[in-house]
Amino acid sequence: MSAHAINAPTNRQKWVAGTLVIVYALVTMIPLAWIMLTGFKSPADAISYPPKVVFEPTLEGYVNLFTTRTRQTQEFLDANPPENWADEIVRQYDMVIVGPSKFGERFLNSVIIGFGSTFLSVFLGTLAAYAFSRFKIPLADDLLFFILSTRMMPPIAVAIPIFLMYRNLGLSDTHLGMILLYTAVNISLAVWLLKGFIDEIPREYEEAALIDGYTRFQAFYKVVLPQAATGIASTAIFCLIFAWNEYAFAVLLTTANAQTAPPFIPTIIGIGGLDWPAIAAGVTIFLLPVMIFTILLRKHLLRGITFGAVRK
Amino acid sequence: MSDGTMDRVAKATPRRVARKIRGLSDRAIAWIFVAPTIFLLLAINIFPLIWTIQLSFTNYRANRIGREVKNIGFRNYERILTDSDIWLNMQATAHFLFWTIFFQVLIGFTLAYLINKNFRGSPFWTTVIVLPMMLSPAVVGNFWKFLYQPQIGLFNYIVSFFTGKDPSSFEMLGQVNLAPWSIVIVDTWMWTPFVMLICLAGLRSIPDYIYEAAEIDRASKLRQFFTITIPMVLPFLMLAVLFRGIENFKMFDLVVQLTGGGPGSTTELTSINLKREAFEKWRTGYASAYAIILFVTVFGLASIYVKALNKVKER
Amino acid sequence: MKTKRTAAIVAALTASVSLPSLAAAEDLTLCWAAWDPANALVELSKEFEAQSGHTMNFEFVPWPNFADRMLNELNSGGKLCDLLIGDSQWIGGGAENGHYVKLNDFFDAEGISMDDFAPATVYAYSTWPKGTPNYYALPAMGDANGWFYRADWFADPEIQAAYKEATGEDLREPQSQKELLQIAQFFQGREIDGKTVYGAAIFTERGSEGITMGVTSALYPWGFKYENTPGSYDMEGAVNSPEAVEALEFYKEFYETATPPGYTNSYMGESLDAFKSGQVAMAMNWFAFFPGLYADPATGGDKIDFFVNPPQNQAASTLGGQGISVVAYSDKQDAALEYIKWFAQPDVQAKWWELGGYSAHNSVLQDPGFVDSQPFAGDFLEAMDAVQDFWQEPAYAELLLAMQKRIHDYVVADQGTAQEALDKLIEDWTETFEDEGKL
Repeated sequence: MSAHAINAPTNRQKWVAGTLVIVYALVTMIPLAWIMLTGFKSPADAISYPPKVVFEPTLEGYVNLFTTRTRQTQEFLDANPPENWADEIVRQYDMVIVGPSKFGERFLNSVIIGFGSTFLSVFLGTLAAYAFSRFKIPLADDLLFFILSTRMMPPIAVAIPIFLMYRNLGLSDTHLGMILLYTAVNISLAVWLLKGFIDEIPREYEEAALIDGYTRFQAFYKVVLPQAATGIASTAIFCLIFAWNEYAFAVLLTTANAQTAPPFIPTIIGIGGLDWPAIAAGVTIFLLPVMIFTILLRKHLLRGITFGAVRK
Repeated sequence: MSDGTMDRVAKATPRRVARKIRGLSDRAIAWIFVAPTIFLLLAINIFPLIWTIQLSFTNYRANRIGREVKNIGFRNYERILTDSDIWLNMQATAHFLFWTIFFQVLIGFTLAYLINKNFRGSPFWTTVIVLPMMLSPAVVGNFWKFLYQPQIGLFNYIVSFFTGKDPSSFEMLGQVNLAPWSIVIVDTWMWTPFVMLICLAGLRSIPDYIYEAAEIDRASKLRQFFTITIPMVLPFLMLAVLFRGIENFKMFDLVVQLTGGGPGSTTELTSINLKREAFEKWRTGYASAYAIILFVTVFGLASIYVKALNKVKER
Repeated sequence: MKTKRTAAIVAALTASVSLPSLAAAEDLTLCWAAWDPANALVELSKEFEAQSGHTMNFEFVPWPNFADRMLNELNSGGKLCDLLIGDSQWIGGGAENGHYVKLNDFFDAEGISMDDFAPATVYAYSTWPKGTPNYYALPAMGDANGWFYRADWFADPEIQAAYKEATGEDLREPQSQKELLQIAQFFQGREIDGKTVYGAAIFTERGSEGITMGVTSALYPWGFKYENTPGSYDMEGAVNSPEAVEALEFYKEFYETATPPGYTNSYMGESLDAFKSGQVAMAMNWFAFFPGLYADPATGGDKIDFFVNPPQNQAASTLGGQGISVVAYSDKQDAALEYIKWFAQPDVQAKWWELGGYSAHNSVLQDPGFVDSQPFAGDFLEAMDAVQDFWQEPAYAELLLAMQKRIHDYVVADQGTAQEALDKLIEDWTETFEDEGKL
């Protein structure tokens, strides 16, 4: 916007707009901030009425999130002094830590499946996007539309046969099965986004390389790929966020082996009743990576969420 | 397309070199590059879809291995379309769709309009506002459930702080009259930024000279807003509505975590109902027909909408 | 984790020296719900690990997801679980769909007799078709829905006087469902120790089985029947009998007038929370939780006491509990059967009860010291004498979900009348049985 445009906002307008937006932003952050605070409360403080804003912070929620504990007799407790600070926290309930909880495993599954499917979608997506961008493919527009339309399908419409298919192939509850599935869901996004990015790279670079004696493959990975690096990186983050957040398929197709964190977190249960601080701790740990990625991605956000339909 | 150039380059070089340039023919490379994607989509999207269609005409149950599977024609479709309970689920879905889109467009557009004033720090605050939509809907639903707890939840407490109502006197998730709104609130909290971002792109696409011309014509600010801003942003806004509409028609995880469809069946959206039929009752054939009906509905509505969208764009 | 495994290997080595004939050590996985008794079972199983050389792994799923997850696992032919402690209602599906291994030959070969277990538990947890000598599980955990209350409040002279004044009766453990409601209504909204308290926490959960388990605790005492004659699937006049309608209306009144605010979707966890936070005078829950409640530092000990689900027209309790089965998809069935053989021994069963599990073995239940071994032991025996269970048909999930919907629609969402709810339930169930080819 040019500085001397006639309808440039006045300072007063800017001030009002800024205030309103900041108020909205702060209000919208309250739920997130609250859940992060809850992670540092004791179970009693978490369910106190009226809700406590000031409280004595404790790591109980985090300890409970990562460990399994059992109640022990007084004799046992007296005979075995606490081994570390975490054990100490647990002792106030006459309990001892007996091992790690499942949260670590589930989180690791989220990482494996998230990164595995992201790598595969971006890899396949880059190839396809390059082909669509540079070669004459018969019915290219139809194929591209077909690729996009698969994303509109309600997951539940294909969930039944996928469940049956996975059962027969032994892919249920496996990392490979989930990676393939998330790749299939993500690939439409990857192709569309990457095609946009590759379209923006001038063809002249490759053509020059071809004249210099490069083969097509060489031109592709020595010239095009480096140019598309930013695009590939942001596409990767979008794919990762989707796979990271996915719930419906994870809940249907995984039980123990390959279960990711989203179906697991809501089921964290303390001794009798939901353990809100532990849930809040799990939510916080789970959301942080996505929040960081969002900040990294802010320039490409719009493009990512609209499949490249809106570029800006 | 580049083939022209490529061919010219190729023709201009001696044969041996030409083969080296091309390595594999472009056509072969194109297919090698595209095939895995197409194959994956056929295997995990199209093949299952066809299978769903086939199953929808049977009485198959996935939990009864060895039970005879009979072809029962359109019986499943008949049963679904005449089931009054399913129509109630459709109504709940329609309520959810309408109001989430209404609020998200209203608030999202307003926010975009304000951010477009480019006050100091606007990029930073835009990023902050965008955070909720990047989170996992299931996890969001889960922690909003905590915020909605009567008495101990922050939401009730804040409402009571402003209205003087007793925070244990109402239950957002448990009361028939409030539960449908509780899911609208969370979805709006989460997805308003999405509409905002797209509107912002729309606003920024309007060239300054149009406003300048309007100034010269002495059109009032209000008039400019309705004759320039709104029509120019409309295609973007409609795109945002399309995306949200499709997404919310499929809505599952957020609402499952919040209300699980309750109380009674007041927030049992179609996809939640479908999941129950398919994976809890295991009426596989019946649920397949249900899935096809939903799929056709989304696809039909979306195509009509896209036609309208294109008309708006052409104007 | 690592040390545990090393210990197991050491144990395995020692075991293989003393018992050279045993098969190779296996890694067994036992699946159950995540709750107090499961922790007790882990403790108990250490002995098995030491004796057999096998390693036990456990997959415990929280109750709200237990049925979903485990049935999904079975239906997808999963090999996660070698042993499954599955809910009583799954036995029909487990048997007919071939998920569970039939145990008759094994029992005969090993000399395990079902006569050694309480008849109600054998009937409910082990047999399919119901009541026939075809066994698909060994009774592992007896359970029923019972009640607990704040003994300290009930014993408070001021509260007793207030109750007498309000009702003209003495405050005591309720002897009928209606008395139960009266007491709950008395406590509802009362100030105790400067805090507003409520009557009772009851089950109202929509998603899995909560409200059905709660409402049947009223339906059965009123005389509710699933069929006019067992096995006939003839439900008209039984499911919607005048008694059933009255009981359902009772449960709704209970929900509306004697439960804490916000308990619109509550099950085991919420019931425990309400009681432990001092919000309610009474609460319903499974006997399985009673040892933990009794041990609770804040509301256990002297402050708590227990009673069996009160009768109305008859004595009746809703059955919980599970049998232990060998999963047909497991590759380690021999080792899994070894576990069951070990678990069925009287001394192991005695230790099971001691650790907080509810043994169904006669040697434990009929022991003269049993009734006094825990404050709820007598109530448990009484409850198990008159337990009734939901349908155990292979289509049980469908039948259950229909009931969840109809009851929740009426009780919590306040739609229609009790009569309509039960009439519609019959329609739903009829449709299911027609699909099943049973009607």
